[in-house]
Order: sequence, then structure tokens, then C-alpha cells
Amino acid sequence: MSFILKEHISINGIAACVPSYSESNLDYEWISEKERKKLIKTTGIAHRRIASTDTTASDMSFHAASKLLSDLDAKASEIDVLINVTQTPDYLIPGTALLLQDRLKMKKDSIAFDINLGCSGYVYGLYVLSSLIDGKSNKKGLLLAGDKSSHPVNYKDKSTYPLFGDAGSATLIEYNENAEPMFFKLNSDGSGHEAIIVRSGGLKSPASADTTTIKFISERIERASNELELNGMDVFSFATTKVPVQIKALIDQFEIEKDSIDYFIFHQANKLMNELIRKKLKLSPEKVPYSLEKFGNTSSASIPLTIVTNKANLKPKDKVLISGFGVGLSWASSVVNFNNTKISELVEI
Amino acid sequence: MADLNIDDLLLKLLEEFDDIETENFTAETSFKDLEEWSSMQALVVIALVDEHYGVALTGEDLLNCDTVNDLYNLIEKKSS
Repeated sequence: MSFILKEHISINGIAACVPSYSESNLDYEWISEKERKKLIKTTGIAHRRIASTDTTASDMSFHAASKLLSDLDAKASEIDVLINVTQTPDYLIPGTALLLQDRLKMKKDSIAFDINLGCSGYVYGLYVLSSLIDGKSNKKGLLLAGDKSSHPVNYKDKSTYPLFGDAGSATLIEYNENAEPMFFKLNSDGSGHEAIIVRSGGLKSPASADTTTIKFISERIERASNELELNGMDVFSFATTKVPVQIKALIDQFEIEKDSIDYFIFHQANKLMNELIRKKLKLSPEKVPYSLEKFGNTSSASIPLTIVTNKANLKPKDKVLISGFGVGLSWASSVVNFNNTKISELVEI
Repeated sequence: MADLNIDDLLLKLLEEFDDIETENFTAETSFKDLEEWSSMQALVVIALVDEHYGVALTGEDLLNCDTVNDLYNLIEKKSS
């Protein structure tokens, strides 16, 4: 298991949406100006889009979906399956996919559910969705992937605050006898679940006065236990060792020539990590587009956002490797072919 | 992969540290005592070692190093 070939699925279109408000890491006054410059140079993250208090991840994914359906001249009523990938849901209960199914005016004769994954979630979502689109019961599927990752991070936590930006995305896939196959390799390692974690607010450690109390952790790192905690060292070691191995295994397994792949689109973690992965795979910089300079780490939306913001370079028939890795720990890679795939202009709300 | 020698390692590290003068940076320098040392700078060093010498260090490995010489010995040990 875990090597998968999926046939008869074409990607009709991809859209992404970000908040219009942009925050600069040069203005991150919690650390010195010198540290800010070093941070930008090392992480590659100069700006991040931040959603207003009353905007949720589902709002961004909804607007991406609306734009995509309009650009494709498709109707929400044609969609049989909606999968929403997020770790920042509107409510704890019910799942956000149900709210989106209703808001998009999809038919009730449809399937809608959430997947709780972050950085690897787009590739996982694409795999699960394409598995449900069989050309019989289900012909069209909509994958929404978005997070409001600016929440819950503490401004006084330099290990998280300057890294994350908010974004949503939408991808429409369809059963198509003539589509070229998609290839997947998926992995999980829950023993690393503490590497990226919000410890409180769930049932293991219910919300209380204590869980919202901000505590000193170390120099320039202060947070409450209901806020995001990130062990940069563990995540770095994990991603820079596991991801190149997974990608090599995937292309070896299916005998895909590395040179036949037009672009390698990675989850946008940070420049140091992504560049090491790129160098280990011996990929030229032209084949590895980024979005993190202007948008930061956008969690589950990072791959579609990178596609949308680099649409000028992508061609309608490109072969693309996508790879997501992080929280879980979870990592997933796929080789997909664009099939006159429509890439929408970036939506800003 | 680059051949491991202490001068080459020093040069590569120097490129990643902004605040230190070449003449003050030797095999005996305790790089973790430098003002600009941070958890992020640790990642920069881990990335540098991985890229140039093909050795994946852990955070714990770095904790056990004080000087550039210690780092050199560690890389040598892990690459053999």
C-alpha cells in the first residue's frame, strides 16, 4: 500500500483566495530589526496575508470556489462530492464542509466532509477525492483546502508568528476516460504528533482559564497552551530527510523520468527547508516555484496558492509533482498532469 | 559532496554568520556563544552540513558541540 495509481481523473481548474491585508515581517517589533532581517533571509518569508477577525478559512475557500466555478462555467449543483481540508474549522461541531455545501448551494444528493490535515492535506485531499470520483455514482468533485493559520499563534512567539499566512483554495476534478493517470505516495508518522500541536481546547485538555494564560517558554517565545506550538528542529529534520526519500520512491516506483516533470510544487514551509529539499533532489531553481515570500506558510492552501501565483509560468499540459509535509507528522507526494487545467486569477477579499 | 576539511568548514560557516570577522573565526571558536546564535541559526548550520557533506545532524547532535572543531569531528564521525 501507499503507492497508488489513479486513473480517469482530470483536474479541471484551481483557484486560491487570500485576504487583501498584508503584514510585513520587517514590522515584527517583538524581535530586533537585525533579527527580522535574518528571519526574512533565512525563512524567505517577507510578507503574510492576514484575515480579519470575522473572516474564517471557509470564507476564503468559498470565494476561491465561487471564482473557480464561474471561470469554468460550472455549476455547484453538478458537484457530487465536496471535501474540505482544514485545521481551522468554523465550529468544533459540525464539520465545515457541511456549511460550505450549503453556502455553495450544492445539491443535497451529495457527499460532504472535512479532512483534518494541514501541510500534507492538499495532496491527501486530492487522493481521497479522486478515489470517490468513479464516473458512476460520482462524476465531479470539489476539493477545498484552506486555513486561517494566523490563528491560534501568539504575537510574542517568534517561532510561529512570523511564519504563517492565511489562504483558501478550490480545485475541481472530474471523471475523464482520457485523463492521464495520477500517481501518489502517502505516509504518516503519528509518533511525531507533538512537533506541531495546539495542546489545549480539545478533549484531552479542555479550554479553561489556565489554557488561555500566556506563559514564558524561552527567549522571545511566549504562548498559551491553546495556541500553536512548533518544534522547528524536529520538523526540519523530518521534512529534509523524509520528503526527498518519498519523492524518489514515488518516481522510481512508477518509472517517471525526473526530467519529464515540468514543475515541483512543494508545501511552502520556509526557504531554508524547501531549498535543502530541492538541492537534495538535484532540481534546478526554475522548476521549483515559491509563494512564501509574499504569503508565508499557508498550511493546506500552500500548494494551490503557489500554482495560482505562478500561473504565468505554468502551461496547460504540464506534468507537475506536488508534495506536502508537516503536522501529523504526515507527508504526501503526487505526480499529476494538467489537462487544459484552468488556473484562476488570485482572489483577494 | 564536498571533501571535509576544517578550513572549508570554517569558510562555509563564515558565510552564514553575519557578525564575525574572518580572523576571529577559528577551529576553537565556540559558535554557540556568538551573539547571533539562535535556534534558527542552528537550523542554518544543520542545512549547511547536510547540503555540503551529506550528513543529517539532529538538534541533539548540535547541543553536544561547542567549537567548530567539535562540529568537524562530529561530521567526520557521522559520515564514516
